[in-house]
Amino acid sequence: MAHRWKNDLTKEDVTPYAAFLNRRQIMAGLGGAAGLGLAGLTAGQAQAAGDEALEPNSWEDVTSYCNFYEFGTGKTDPAAYAGQMTTTPWSVEIDGMVDRPGSYSMEQILDAMTLEERIYRFRCVEAWSMVVPWQGFELADLLDVAGVQDGAKYVAFETLYRPSEMPGTAYKVLDWPYREGLRLDEARHPLTIMATGIFGKPLPNQNGAPLRLVVPWKYGFKSIKSIVRITLTDKEPPTSWNMANPREYGFYSNVNPNVSHPRWSQASERRIGGGLFARRQPTLMFNGYEKEVASLYEGMDLARKF
Amino acid sequence: MQQINTLLRRLPVWLVYVAGVLPAGVLFYQALNGDLGVDPVKALEHRYGELALQLLVLTLAVTPLRRLAGLNLMRFRRAIGLLCFFYVVCHLMVWLVLDVQLLDQIIADIVKRPYITIGMVGFVLMVPLAVTSNNMSVRRLGPKWRQLHRLTYPTALLGALHYVMLAKGFQLEPLIYLALIGGLLVMRLPPLQKLRVV
Repeated sequence: MAHRWKNDLTKEDVTPYAAFLNRRQIMAGLGGAAGLGLAGLTAGQAQAAGDEALEPNSWEDVTSYCNFYEFGTGKTDPAAYAGQMTTTPWSVEIDGMVDRPGSYSMEQILDAMTLEERIYRFRCVEAWSMVVPWQGFELADLLDVAGVQDGAKYVAFETLYRPSEMPGTAYKVLDWPYREGLRLDEARHPLTIMATGIFGKPLPNQNGAPLRLVVPWKYGFKSIKSIVRITLTDKEPPTSWNMANPREYGFYSNVNPNVSHPRWSQASERRIGGGLFARRQPTLMFNGYEKEVASLYEGMDLARKF
Repeated sequence: MQQINTLLRRLPVWLVYVAGVLPAGVLFYQALNGDLGVDPVKALEHRYGELALQLLVLTLAVTPLRRLAGLNLMRFRRAIGLLCFFYVVCHLMVWLVLDVQLLDQIIADIVKRPYITIGMVGFVLMVPLAVTSNNMSVRRLGPKWRQLHRLTYPTALLGALHYVMLAKGFQLEPLIYLALIGGLLVMRLPPLQKLRVV
């Protein structure tokens, strides 16, 4: 029997779309702050985190324009060839300075984690950018599952290396497997997430299925895809682009409009999706997350530690 | 080969110009309509640049092709060279107007980024070549015309280097262009110039 329960909210109570985006902006920009126990912010306070509500790019933008060199160096290669990558079963080896090292299956990980949405700016070192609605969990929560030991200072990550399913690895574009790393405090920062989905759907392979890192205040290549190993260590781990060209890609690679890449300026960016005549936009310090993360780098010369 | 040469003799040069310019318009139209992917600016910039490089390889190949394979494309060499310049201009315009946009950043890029400096030098060297690609200039300049048009060689090398230097990581395609252009230049060294098959 229908109509047993009567809704006492009217159409007037429905959140306007802009405010809805704004609410999501609170989660996006201040997900970190909420995690730190500063929940209950008003829309006005949320404005301080980002000047504009973040309007996500389209599904097509995000899934057809990717850098995933294991499948080729062209932007559309990953979408064309990543489909052959087997992502089930999947497990992540968590080792190094942890209390509970071992192989964690994707099911085990998902059972232990609560997924939430984060809409983040995504800024590539090549000076283009997007806004992506991710689903995932904070990396800190996963690290707690494994139990980080005292003395660990860095987290190293490794991407799957499976030449039979990755045509791009036939060429030594980079020293495979792809490797990335974060300082432990960066890894534990509430903005740092492990993503399992976009737009409410499972991650497409070209976007790093089934599990990838997202560090929104760093250039995109730091957000390593299709992770199979996480290692806690006390030394700064080697990272792929830094190994390939240390002059151009630093370990930190924080988005910084004041520090140019040797081959192009980082002062502005092209927002993907604007078409042929879109204007460039100024690049924001720490990709717009300065308030949340600047304290991590207090006293550091960011021009030298780029 | 004789048959091909006979057929080619019947092909009017103006048709080569028309067919050569056509892709520029088609690509621009595709970029406008979203048929070149979600980043039409980069796609257009790269496609124009790539076409220019391919035409550069073709101009350099005209003489060796005649010498070693007996294929005579001499009638079309000027058209190929001018089309190459046309695509370099298209490539440059997309970069200036649609990509970088800001004048101070354009100037900074030209001065500070070696691969852009090299590309710009290559473009500047091409300008006198394009301007003198007409019968009147050939007549007026006489033997100097040949000397001037040897600028094609450094231009080609700069074009290939420009592509190699902008690639991220170790990539094959730019190196193939560099090898092709390098090889075609080496064939012009005096000891190799006497090589003849036909």
